[in-house]
Amino acid sequence: MQIFSCPFCGSRPEYEFHFGGDLGNHRPEGFEAVPDREWADYLYFRNNPKGTAREVWMHLTCGEMFSMTRDTVTMAAAPGETLTEGQP
Amino acid sequence: MTARRLPSGGEIDRARPLRFTFDGKVVEGFAGDTLASALLASGRQVLGRSFKYRRPRGLFGAGVEEPNICADVTEGAAFRPNQRVTTEPARDGLVLRSASTAPDAERDRTGFIDLFSRFIPSGFYYKTFMFPDWHLFEPQIRAMAGLGRVDPGKTGPVGDQVNHFCDALVIGAGPVGLAAARMLAGAGKSVVLADDGSRPGGSLLYRQAEIDGKPGADWLAETLAQLAGLGVTILPRTTAFGLYDHGLVALNQRHEDGRADTLWRVRPEWIVLAAGAIERPLPFSMNDLPGIMSAQAGLSYLRRQAVLPGANIVIAANNSTGAEVAQAMAAAGARVTLIDRRPDATPLPGIACHAGRSIDSALGRKAVHGVVLDDGTEITCDCLLVSGGFTPTIHLYAQAKGRLAWDETRLAFLPGDPVPGLTVIGGAAGQFTLHEAFAALPAALGLEGAPSAVPSSYDITPAWPEPGCKGRIWIDYQHDVTAKDVELAARENFLSVEHLKRYTTLGMATDQGKTSNLNGLALMARLTGREIPEVGTTTYRPPFTPVPYTSLAGLRGGERMNPVRRLALEGRHRALGAALGEYGGWLRPIHYGQNDAAILAEAKMARATVGLFDASPLGKIEVIGPDAAEFLDFIYYNTVSTLKPGGCRYGFILSESAVVYDDGVLVRLDEHRFVVSCSSSHAAGVHAMLEEWRQDRFPAKRIFIHNATAETATITVTGPQARAVIRAAGITADLDDAAFPHMTTRPGCHGDTPLRLTRVSFTGDRSYELSVRQDLAPGLWDALDGAARTLGGGPIGIEAVMILRAEKGYIVIGKDSDGMTRPMDLGLSGPLRSKKAEFIGKRSLLQEEAQRPDRNQLVGLQPEDSGGLLPVGAHGLDLTGNAPRSIGYVTSSCPGAGHDGPVALALIERGASRHGEVIELHHLGKRRRARITAPCAFDPKGDRLNA
Amino acid sequence: MTKHYSALSLVKEGLRGQKGWVPAWTSPQPKPRYDVVIVGGGGHGLATAYYLAKTHGITNVAVIEKGWLGGGNTGRNTTVVRSNYFFPESVRLYDMALKLYEGLSRELNYNIMLSQRGMISLAHTPAEMEMAARVVNAMQINGTDAELFGPEDVRRVVPIYNFGPKARYPALGGVWQGRSGTARHDAVAWGYARAASALGVDILQQCEVQEFIVEGGRCRGVKTSRGEIRADRVGLAVAGHSGQMAAKAGFRLPITSYALQACVSEPVKPILDTVVLAPGAGTYASQSDKGEMVVGGGLDRIPSYGQRGNLPVLETVISGLLEMFPSFRQLKLMRQWAGIVDVVPDSSPIIGESPLPGLFLNCGWGTGGFKAIPAGGTLLAHLLATGQHHDISRPFDLDRFARGRLIDEAAGSGIAH
Repeated sequence: MQIFSCPFCGSRPEYEFHFGGDLGNHRPEGFEAVPDREWADYLYFRNNPKGTAREVWMHLTCGEMFSMTRDTVTMAAAPGETLTEGQP
Repeated sequence: MTARRLPSGGEIDRARPLRFTFDGKVVEGFAGDTLASALLASGRQVLGRSFKYRRPRGLFGAGVEEPNICADVTEGAAFRPNQRVTTEPARDGLVLRSASTAPDAERDRTGFIDLFSRFIPSGFYYKTFMFPDWHLFEPQIRAMAGLGRVDPGKTGPVGDQVNHFCDALVIGAGPVGLAAARMLAGAGKSVVLADDGSRPGGSLLYRQAEIDGKPGADWLAETLAQLAGLGVTILPRTTAFGLYDHGLVALNQRHEDGRADTLWRVRPEWIVLAAGAIERPLPFSMNDLPGIMSAQAGLSYLRRQAVLPGANIVIAANNSTGAEVAQAMAAAGARVTLIDRRPDATPLPGIACHAGRSIDSALGRKAVHGVVLDDGTEITCDCLLVSGGFTPTIHLYAQAKGRLAWDETRLAFLPGDPVPGLTVIGGAAGQFTLHEAFAALPAALGLEGAPSAVPSSYDITPAWPEPGCKGRIWIDYQHDVTAKDVELAARENFLSVEHLKRYTTLGMATDQGKTSNLNGLALMARLTGREIPEVGTTTYRPPFTPVPYTSLAGLRGGERMNPVRRLALEGRHRALGAALGEYGGWLRPIHYGQNDAAILAEAKMARATVGLFDASPLGKIEVIGPDAAEFLDFIYYNTVSTLKPGGCRYGFILSESAVVYDDGVLVRLDEHRFVVSCSSSHAAGVHAMLEEWRQDRFPAKRIFIHNATAETATITVTGPQARAVIRAAGITADLDDAAFPHMTTRPGCHGDTPLRLTRVSFTGDRSYELSVRQDLAPGLWDALDGAARTLGGGPIGIEAVMILRAEKGYIVIGKDSDGMTRPMDLGLSGPLRSKKAEFIGKRSLLQEEAQRPDRNQLVGLQPEDSGGLLPVGAHGLDLTGNAPRSIGYVTSSCPGAGHDGPVALALIERGASRHGEVIELHHLGKRRRARITAPCAFDPKGDRLNA
Repeated sequence: MTKHYSALSLVKEGLRGQKGWVPAWTSPQPKPRYDVVIVGGGGHGLATAYYLAKTHGITNVAVIEKGWLGGGNTGRNTTVVRSNYFFPESVRLYDMALKLYEGLSRELNYNIMLSQRGMISLAHTPAEMEMAARVVNAMQINGTDAELFGPEDVRRVVPIYNFGPKARYPALGGVWQGRSGTARHDAVAWGYARAASALGVDILQQCEVQEFIVEGGRCRGVKTSRGEIRADRVGLAVAGHSGQMAAKAGFRLPITSYALQACVSEPVKPILDTVVLAPGAGTYASQSDKGEMVVGGGLDRIPSYGQRGNLPVLETVISGLLEMFPSFRQLKLMRQWAGIVDVVPDSSPIIGESPLPGLFLNCGWGTGGFKAIPAGGTLLAHLLATGQHHDISRPFDLDRFARGRLIDEAAGSGIAH
């Protein structure tokens, strides 16, 4: 069982967390102005890195989202970091 | 009779004799025996049959490495198949049945298969059974496969699980592990010491040793006392079977008293692997005969259980450990011959020695009775103890992705580069003498206080199976894989070690190749002109030994598995005789009657007078703050910021792909306070979604979200008498319609209890939802229930509510919508055109998929035949093409309560523009006919909301 | 020299000390050029090569595998084959595969041990029975076999299921597909490899693709650890590594790679004769012909290339298993492993030309690739041979994401599919 570190609560077991996707997947604003391909990219397409990954996670227990750098091969996980206030 | 119990010695308690049966025959033993040692002492040799060729087999090992013998064990009412006899303690009254034999191991009727062995080499089943069909042959093959049997009439125990932390976990309580534990504990560390044997001690339990000037047994007793004094937790009978990510070690602890095993999950700062090494067999023809055992196993049976394995013993070894075994057997009274492959082996007094020689073949059929050496010499024997070298037990190091390095001197794969947090010591690190192992401890642990042992040396000469050898040389005993099978694999180009394993099934049996992997890959190396490290090993994965399912399942079962959530009012519902069922993860009243007929009766009652419904699981998520309105405009499909305080609005929450994720009523309590209500099964999901978007788009201090679902009970009062019931129940609130119109919320109280009343309707009738703190709900319920009954109403279950909403065309998300449904499909298309603000899913509404005209849309259906209710799940059909095509399906169907006749909802292609059309439906091979209608079948104008 | 497999060949070679068997496939040196190169030597890649040679007569083909053939997900799955899906596009796809599986042993002259012992996907509540009816009807309309089982039917095919009054996940019935079952996974890979090799396909193992050769905006081949290899068209069938390969080719995919665990028990005598899925428990199981219980469940929901999951999921799967079959408390876990599954938002595969012209994709099968191998191979072969979609693969093109036309099977089959 893996241990991840929520920046607010500290070290918790893996089942308290939910994977939220790539860090930096900014939502394209602009409605009709956003091309189909760009919208699909945001909705569905992923980096899926083999190795170092910069990810968004939610700690379900406290409800806070945070970013975490993880290695998807060795499964090493750095302590989570808060998302910068106001920035996606 | 070959093996016999010696009159004295060993760990056994001769004052506590016991008996069990094996294949119907009585076996006598003592406390301290394993099933194997008692069977050995009884003189029985044939204890099982091999998997493919059904050859007679006896014991090979004394511990977890045993490849041959397992038995189904009945103990009173309990039954456990496939028990390894070498690790199970003998207990009085056990009934053992050898695995996969008929009628028993000794007389198995399928032994003739061995005569046809040349026609059934590895992988033979891939090359035949194609005509007429595999299905013809499969039942026979299945019947012959498998070891023990499951007893379908019995279940099994419940295991428990323990979580633990410590500074150091030492795996293996042999001399080196014990020393390490003492050094670590002495340095102030909390230490757990685990050993898979019945007692700590490892090789000290059966091998001579002199440590710090004392005999090994004395040092052992002293050290155990010291460890106890230092607070070390010792876990015997405990196998560390897996090392998982982030340094979690999983161990399975067996108990002596028949209790289910316990799973330990330990997270140590430091793992010290002192798991020793496992002896491997020698390759020679007929090396699988009963009576051929691992030399260390023979020594263990002799010293620990006082069983001399034979009267006339040949010991064959390619390394220096053979000598000790030979001397021990001779001292116990056997006639001993030592065949030492090392040409410079030192002769031993009183023991016939053949140096520089090896065994060509063993002689015998149901038991070994002699050997033939490579120089032609024949020697008789009734027991053959073999040692082909030692394979370090580095499994946990390899599971941690440690890379192994081949050592040509020790002929073993040893740990290579260090893995952080894990140190390998002793035999597992290839240090096969105590002297060497102790000397390496200080550097390995960075601590002082290592013991010392008399210097000795270990040397070994290669004895790998060679290509082209004559005879039948077993590599994997349990799966009957011989050297010829490895040659066949090489010939057919299954060269990689993984292909070799899968093609021949070498190493895939319950012993996971502990005694076979290295011999197999060494032979493959030789066959293909590669070095052993080039061939390499297969991937090491948990579990090291098989782990009972009960250890992994623990207490998670029955009620404790995904427990249903319980209503605060459950006691009231039960007292009223409710039938309860699971809905959306909650246990809720289905109806309050004797049978399903109550459902329609309750719905009709609610239409006539009033129904009380426990709506507590409804999600209630409070959204509070100065930015709450703007936030909710982003969350909802419709515009909600224009809602006035005290107002309610029905809306959809979409996913970013514009699929309707949830529907519900938004309640505005005041300028900065809202309550999002959502379907009970989606409350957690909606809460997580709200949090994600809040944190993504808004400053932290402008919005606060609180999931009030569990702490709030909600009772719905619905029907023409709803207002009268609330008044009669003594609830204080202004219920005048002018002051309290439909789709508004007002405060009220019941005595001292504050509550909120919200006029929303899921039934189409005048309806009030009363929300109160959950512990205060029973009092409120009693008052409402009493009032309702005086007016001819009463409680209604969820199925009655489902009828009432269905005839109004009100959807249930996930039932009348699916993973493709967009808001326009349900009749709401306004916001796409008129709402300026950005909201979740807005852009997706412009996609080709959302815009196509042939989408499935919500409709009502009325049967056009006399088949009664339309079946849910029936599909509408388009019959205009070459083959029938589905155009959607029935999602809800029930008898009407207010509406006279059946009611159904469906999602049908272009349904909204097809009202009046009659379509064919397909249901389980039969056809029905139905007319498409508007979804609402009753009171389409909604007059009853204010009736 | 014995090339053809049969009972007679076993007798012949048995008498000759097995000396006449020939290699199942060749180990040739890579050529600098082929007509088609397929990256990925798993079931899908090998099947593609076979169908290119057999159906389209294109034999100048190389399959490039960085490890040993069949060593990825094809060697790590739970061997279930079925076509019990909801959408017509899916039923067409998976039933194409099932039909091909039905004749495959004879076609390849390799016993893949197809055992059509049926599969029951249970429904535990009346609401789930309604969903089951929806799926059964969809399957029937789309031309494949399906039955809606009631409780007595379940009792007949799985007598050892937990029918006790306290069962957490009672069997009210469910979706039954009689033609479903299992097939020996290694045999499928090896059977296709042998047949393709016999038709002239070069299978290049221990050959890792490092880069794509891109010239004039087209993919012209690959650079590998064993040299440069050019081709007119390149197919990509690398499952969980699809994202990594895509990155090399300069595009992204809607794929996240997760570990999917599976395990087997110690072998016991036959006691379970069908494939059983209990969606509530989150577990499914069958019994192999060797007697082992083959058990699977849901993903470890943490993206991973580790080919290994962790205890929480394993414990959940096993406790689900014991809830389904209380008598399995007598059993032990013998071996566990994991694959790397390429999960797509709608759990449907991606088949079609990639954003890099000349490079064709067959990926996104997620937890359900094994059952589809013959179809994946047929469809990718069609693309590589003609440059065009087969009717059955067109709905699964990558462009469905931009159009929003997902084929979302999540409702169709419960858990890992």
